[in-house]
Amino acid sequence: MSKLNTSSSELDFDRPNIEDYLPSGSIQEPHGKLRLRDLLDISPTLTEAAGAIVDDSFTRCFKSNPPEPWNWNIYLFPLWCLGVVVRYGLLFPSRVIVLTIGWIIFLSCYFPVHFLLKGHDKLRKRLERGLVELICSFFVASWTGVVKYHGPRPSMRPKQVFVANHTSMIDFIVLEQMTAFAVIMQKHPGWVGLLQSTILESLGCIWFNRSESKDREIVAKKLREHVHGADNNPLLIFPEGTCVNNHYTVMFKKGAFELGCTVCPIAIKYNKIFVDAFWNSRKQSFTTHLLQLMTSWAVVCDVWYLEPQNLKPGETPIEFAERVRDIISVRAGLRKVPWDGYLKYSRPSPKHRERKQQSFAESILRRLEEK
Amino acid sequence: MGNTSSMLTQYDIEEVQEHCSNTFSQQEIVSLYQRFCQLDRNGCGFISAEEFMTVPEFAVNPLSQRLFRMLDGLNFKEFVAFLSAFSSRASLQQKVEFIFKVYDTDGNGKVTFNEMLDILRDLTGQFISEQQREKVVVQVLEEAGYAKDSLLVQADFMKILGNSGLKMEVEVPVD
Repeated sequence: MSKLNTSSSELDFDRPNIEDYLPSGSIQEPHGKLRLRDLLDISPTLTEAAGAIVDDSFTRCFKSNPPEPWNWNIYLFPLWCLGVVVRYGLLFPSRVIVLTIGWIIFLSCYFPVHFLLKGHDKLRKRLERGLVELICSFFVASWTGVVKYHGPRPSMRPKQVFVANHTSMIDFIVLEQMTAFAVIMQKHPGWVGLLQSTILESLGCIWFNRSESKDREIVAKKLREHVHGADNNPLLIFPEGTCVNNHYTVMFKKGAFELGCTVCPIAIKYNKIFVDAFWNSRKQSFTTHLLQLMTSWAVVCDVWYLEPQNLKPGETPIEFAERVRDIISVRAGLRKVPWDGYLKYSRPSPKHRERKQQSFAESILRRLEEK
Repeated sequence: MGNTSSMLTQYDIEEVQEHCSNTFSQQEIVSLYQRFCQLDRNGCGFISAEEFMTVPEFAVNPLSQRLFRMLDGLNFKEFVAFLSAFSSRASLQQKVEFIFKVYDTDGNGKVTFNEMLDILRDLTGQFISEQQREKVVVQVLEEAGYAKDSLLVQADFMKILGNSGLKMEVEVPVD
């Protein structure tokens, strides 16, 4: 497990004030002369700490909620057993076959196209896009994905980016089967990484590494170059930066919103009726997650392509990001929390604690002067 | 969360309830157990510093280090007893006793000038100088009739905080 380290301060200057979101009802502005009881009464601070121990909005975002067991009955249990037999014995092998066929078709078409059509870029790119959409459709079929798309299909125009909420890496596959996006993703190890460096590279995908702080500037530059290129694939960004459990949205990073182009929000909501599509990367590897999907009945989800948004005059990128997050959260029925998704990997910066200390210190000094 | 090693039996719940002097209902204890298991990710029976610090709301609290020292190594029963001061059923005495324990770091039953200074330092950080802090504590002590080198005991705390409408309550979410 990765060790928690304090996040570098540069990650926090662009955050809106968390105090605006946190419950502040317990801390009232004290008045009057400072007495001993005011000094000794640390109950508001203690209450906040205990409240965080008992329940906190950040951990809630990453909790996989197990489904209610329904097979607790003498006739339901055999039905469930039958279901297990069908799922693992019938569905799973046929899905594996379908997926293998899909990969064979894809690979046998992709490599010839990629190497033989080296000179004819436009045609090659079009074919590659079509092939990637094909393999993604095969993937979706391999989990019996029931995906309902609402709204107008994205069009290929320059100076636009697409943003979506993030639940699992399959978000990318679900969206990719409709339109071949270029996506910006964390570089993964293993077979996923191999796919990333070969096939996805040709789509124009961009990689970043969460653990390197200098990486941010390099990636920002790459983003800007991609967006301004005329016939690059439309860029898809997941501004949350991490997988969230599809009941909440965490803060959107402002990187996607300061590129000076139109932002087209996409909302994705999974129906947990047959399987929970949340990829809890702390608990499961991606392979295990895929296997879990392939042995369930179906993956049901809704995708809404929402109205493109532009930066309003006088709006900062952070406000723009929050506005788009609001649009997506309302559409998909998700609750907003004021936390940075990267707090999964690092501790909050001391700035927040210092702000509390500062306000308390000022109030003490002020009341000391009062007679 | 699904890999908790044991479920609570009715006996367990009653034992914990007794240990915390009935300040939590049985449903609240079950919820607290779920929360304890959620925080105790490696399942070793207590919550380590790293695991507490993964809760950002706790990590940004100025008294988090101090509270952590009191919570370190506690098993579930003791964890519930620790939180019992925050229950709505806890008496004022229990709440004042908790605050006293937070101040009394060496646990000798007496709160010294320095211990009060330590808490004030945690709460104000670098935004007040050490001299100003001392001045503040001396001034309020004198005003309340205590000398600088007085040692306050729990009865003193009860007298000072007792009739002030102390509000220190946390609601345990029950599914």
